[in-house]
Amino acid sequence: MTINIDKPGTGAGPVLDIDRLKVTFATDAGDVYAVKDVSLQVNPGEVVAIVGESGSGKTVTAKTILGLLPETAVSSGAVLINGSNVISVSPAKLREIRGRDVAMVFQEPSTALNPVFTVGWQIAEGIRSHAGHGGGARVSAKEAKTRAIEALRKVGIPDPETRVNYYPHQFSGGQKQRVVIAAALALNPGLIVADEPTTALDVTVQAEILELLRDLRDQYGTSIVLITHNMGVVADLADRVVVMYRGDVVEEASARVLFAEPKQDYTRKLLAAVPHLGRNSASEGMTERAHQGGKVLVEARNLTIEYPGRLGSPAFKAVDGVNFTLSEGEVFGLVGESGSGKTTIGRAIAGLNRTTGGSLKVLGYEMLNLKERTFKPLRKEIGFVFQDPAASFNPQLTIGDCIAEPLIIHTKPTPAQARQRTRELLEAVQLPAAYADRFPHELSGGQRQRASLARALILNPKLLIADEPTSALDVSVQAVVLELFKEIQAEFGFAALFISHDLAVVDILSHWVGVLYKGKMVEQGLGHQVMGNPQHEYTKKLIASLPVPDPDEQARRREEFRAVLHG
Amino acid sequence: MSTTAVIEPAKDPRGPWFRRLPVISHFNKSVGLQRAMLVGGLVLTALFLLTAIFAPLIAPFGFSQISDADGNFPSQQAPGGKHLWGTTVGSYDVFSRVVWGAQTAVLVIIVAVVMSIFIGVILGLVSGYIGGWLDRTLVVIADAIYAFPPLLVAIVMAIAISGGRSSLWGGILAAAISITVVFIPQYFRVIRAETIRLKAEPFVESAKVVGASNIRIMRLHVFKNATRTLPLIFTLNASEAILTLAGLGFLGFGIEPTSAAEWGFDLNKALADTTSGIWWTGVFPGLAIVLTVLGLTLVGESINDLNDPRLRGRKKAVSGKSGPDSTTGAQAALDAEVRSS
Repeated sequence: MTINIDKPGTGAGPVLDIDRLKVTFATDAGDVYAVKDVSLQVNPGEVVAIVGESGSGKTVTAKTILGLLPETAVSSGAVLINGSNVISVSPAKLREIRGRDVAMVFQEPSTALNPVFTVGWQIAEGIRSHAGHGGGARVSAKEAKTRAIEALRKVGIPDPETRVNYYPHQFSGGQKQRVVIAAALALNPGLIVADEPTTALDVTVQAEILELLRDLRDQYGTSIVLITHNMGVVADLADRVVVMYRGDVVEEASARVLFAEPKQDYTRKLLAAVPHLGRNSASEGMTERAHQGGKVLVEARNLTIEYPGRLGSPAFKAVDGVNFTLSEGEVFGLVGESGSGKTTIGRAIAGLNRTTGGSLKVLGYEMLNLKERTFKPLRKEIGFVFQDPAASFNPQLTIGDCIAEPLIIHTKPTPAQARQRTRELLEAVQLPAAYADRFPHELSGGQRQRASLARALILNPKLLIADEPTSALDVSVQAVVLELFKEIQAEFGFAALFISHDLAVVDILSHWVGVLYKGKMVEQGLGHQVMGNPQHEYTKKLIASLPVPDPDEQARRREEFRAVLHG
Repeated sequence: MSTTAVIEPAKDPRGPWFRRLPVISHFNKSVGLQRAMLVGGLVLTALFLLTAIFAPLIAPFGFSQISDADGNFPSQQAPGGKHLWGTTVGSYDVFSRVVWGAQTAVLVIIVAVVMSIFIGVILGLVSGYIGGWLDRTLVVIADAIYAFPPLLVAIVMAIAISGGRSSLWGGILAAAISITVVFIPQYFRVIRAETIRLKAEPFVESAKVVGASNIRIMRLHVFKNATRTLPLIFTLNASEAILTLAGLGFLGFGIEPTSAAEWGFDLNKALADTTSGIWWTGVFPGLAIVLTVLGLTLVGESINDLNDPRLRGRKKAVSGKSGPDSTTGAQAALDAEVRSS
């Protein structure tokens, strides 16, 4: 099924050669063919991205490269790294290969580092465990430390001589990922496998890490296998792209060719589903804020929300003097990175968090000094869609029971009425009515998120709060859910507070966008104006950091924004 | 993800209800040594339960019988003849006492574990969900009980409750309540921890957002999800209950031989026999305790292992074979597996 392959003309053989790899897992529900037939090669100094949605087998492929599969897996075929077949070598030999020939960068830097050892020790651990093997001389602790400092300097940690003795918690998220990369680089492996290296990071930090990976390739000629679902990251970094779908390679091409002329239907669909900043904006053509004639549903004035600090330490201000209004029928997009306070604001409006200062009026009710008893009648006017569709349904109840719950609590209907209304809502979110009898785990992520929307809308609320409703979904599913959300909003006419870290997603839905940074609202405006012509420094940086799914445009943006990013 | 997809007939993919029952579902997903352990435990436990139920049919004599139509039983007679496992110094038939002892043990387990589950679960649910000073007080009390050796607490309770009485139900209740007091903190702890975890789950928050009352949330959303581990603690505690009961009997806080048969009491009386070479009065009640506890522990440990996907053994996947697309269920199981590895 591999079409439009182009081999870069390099003299040396490939660093990694995967030949007809098959991986099968034994599970309770029978055998799962996670990887069916994958062949690919990585040449020296090349960045190969393996992209695919969840269940495509990309992570399993990556784990096979380092021999990290669990015991329940059986693999066949060949994974050759510098001539040794990882699948069949002895455990001792495999340990030798790991770190020296191939290293891994994990998704979550805060869990990939051991919190009770200094970062220097952790980097040196790899160096020392390989010394003495394979003819290498033993390395003294001092020498290993020197090399650890060197590795930290390589990845751009400032003042590595001091910071080599720091513990992981003393670094920020992006710096931790740099340390993980330093540990991977310590033995100068020819190949790094990076499994979603930037997924857990904020977009501004992601830009820095991508920059670092690019530098490594350019300076040291390290090959990188990049596993990701983010097409923007692929466009920014990859030379060649392998698209996987359900355990098979669907398409393989150089990044430029793939994005410009995808050959396979699946690739085309996947690329079409990726939200592209500046396209398909909900506020397209608007010149002033819409819906201002209607009633104001949410009004925040100088809103402050503090979390009490530990004994002795001051309280943490999650939200700091924020002003905004949300009127009937309007979609307000709230954007910010982690820790910006966007989720806290959403939860405060739903009465899940207490406000500590200023004023927050929700449907005319002052949320400062909230009393559950007096707020409860208003709850039927507020719908909430949670981030993780898997966790927001009680696993013991059917979808129908879950969707009908708000109805049962507020209007006490007969079972027949409840069923009838549930069926209507399921239809509205384009799910078959028969799904009411299923259990949450029997639905896919996208279906669950639609059911979640149905539950939020069953009482016809005036206000809907959606907290990152699509960030746990695959990109093609996200596109469908966003489209549905847009349609339903137009049909039902509710006001919505749409919270997301993804600028492109917010722009597709929101008429009015607010940008949060460290608890402060730094900028508000029409969606396309904020995205196209940002005023605040932070917004500029945020937009500059967001990679677009187009290698040529991304290369141009990179040059253009270099000044902003490093300014 | 097309919405007009053909709807599959509404069949429950979880299988019929009886296959989802705790022990049966565990049996179905076990393989190899784990299955052998589970089966071994189940056989021993079944033997124990059957003996208890059919004790009046199995035992040739009553538990306090020392004579029949042929006259008084001999004292300390070796196994064989009319008395299959011999007789004790008090002329009781050892075999009959061991069989009747199973009945006492089952009654004590049921009463003790049921009482402690009810009280422990309710306290744990309320304490974990409401939190605050109530939670802190209950945790301190539970910790205080933990700090005492269980047998000591049981002895104190036995004295306080029965005050030396020794009727069948008096004895059983005294033993059961003393065991209950020791076990409540365990159920309390487990359910409280689960409740606190579940309280932060989005589906509980989601119920809060739609305005569900606290009672409704506790009953519908927390309780149903918090009780998954109960079959496991139940089996493990059942074996501990037997040991505590036997310990109490051995120390003389048990049930008088005229009220009911009790293995621990018999062991105590057999102490003096050992030096004079009379082995049968001690070995058989002792074996009964060991085998029953072993059976229950095997079942409990197997359930524990089978509940954890990382500890559960599986048949090897067929190597090199390529097959059709796996079911969504299998894919989901795989996702969980890959993430946890």
